[in-house]
Amino acid sequence: MRFGVVVFPGSCDDLDAQLAARRVGEAVALWHADRDLQGVDAVVIPGGFSYGDYLRAGAIARFAPIMAEVIEFAGAGGLVMGICNGFQVLCEAGLLPGALLPNTGLRFLCRQVELEVVNPDTPFTGACPRGERLSIPVKHTTGRYYAPVETLAELEAAGQVVLRYAPDQNPNGSIANIAGVTNAGGNVFGLMPHPEHAVDPLTGSTDGLALFASMRDALTGAGRP
Amino acid sequence: MRARVLVRPKAGILDPQGQAVERALPALGFDGVTNVHVGRLIELDLDDPARLPEMCEQLLANPLIEDYEVLLGSVEEPLAG
Repeated sequence: MRFGVVVFPGSCDDLDAQLAARRVGEAVALWHADRDLQGVDAVVIPGGFSYGDYLRAGAIARFAPIMAEVIEFAGAGGLVMGICNGFQVLCEAGLLPGALLPNTGLRFLCRQVELEVVNPDTPFTGACPRGERLSIPVKHTTGRYYAPVETLAELEAAGQVVLRYAPDQNPNGSIANIAGVTNAGGNVFGLMPHPEHAVDPLTGSTDGLALFASMRDALTGAGRP
Repeated sequence: MRARVLVRPKAGILDPQGQAVERALPALGFDGVTNVHVGRLIELDLDDPARLPEMCEQLLANPLIEDYEVLLGSVEEPLAG
């Protein structure tokens, strides 16, 4: 299967995302100004500072020509994963509920965090070892997930809260310790931690691979029954 | 037509920037300051101010986390207050 990794001006984790994706499949870059998804099977919106994060993080990127294609792809049930800035872009584009606010501590954070897989029955977490935490780094300034109380209750009830920071490890003040959510359809996923930076023992953890492998398994019918 | 859009963090949502400024003021001897919030000012010239609310909803503000206020006036006219 083939992942497409979107590249906006200001994206900076697109190469790592491609390298991570290549450990479980193929990967190509999708240029922001193109209107062509090149027939990819899944889309990754990577981290970085798309369009300088002007106005609000992710606010301008959603108007990129490629995003019209991504929105159509997501509407047809295609798998889309937004990482960090990609999560912000998907929220601003209305593909995911909620918004990302400046960290409570106002500082840029770069650290390893442990994550609980709240919902292992999604196309993004199916290959995660059940009951085990994932060790994946975060690096962001605007990562405090927020959703109004009513929305939050809906997300929890529908299993759309997929990842939570482990107790006492919430780095940014996210509501309900939320680190990753899906849309109602379960095919669009956003998370602040960076799974693409946790795929090689050299950097301390390979837990991020499970998310890419989950997507591959979901699309190829492999993995657990 | 000149217009200014004031964008503020929604009431009830934690505003750490406002808190940081509020804590910094007493350090300079400015006591008795509370409820500090930091927002954004967007100035623009436009033909049809009737479309401003739409612009605010779709781009200038994120209505989920921010409130906005539209002020109409000439370029020369200073912001009230």
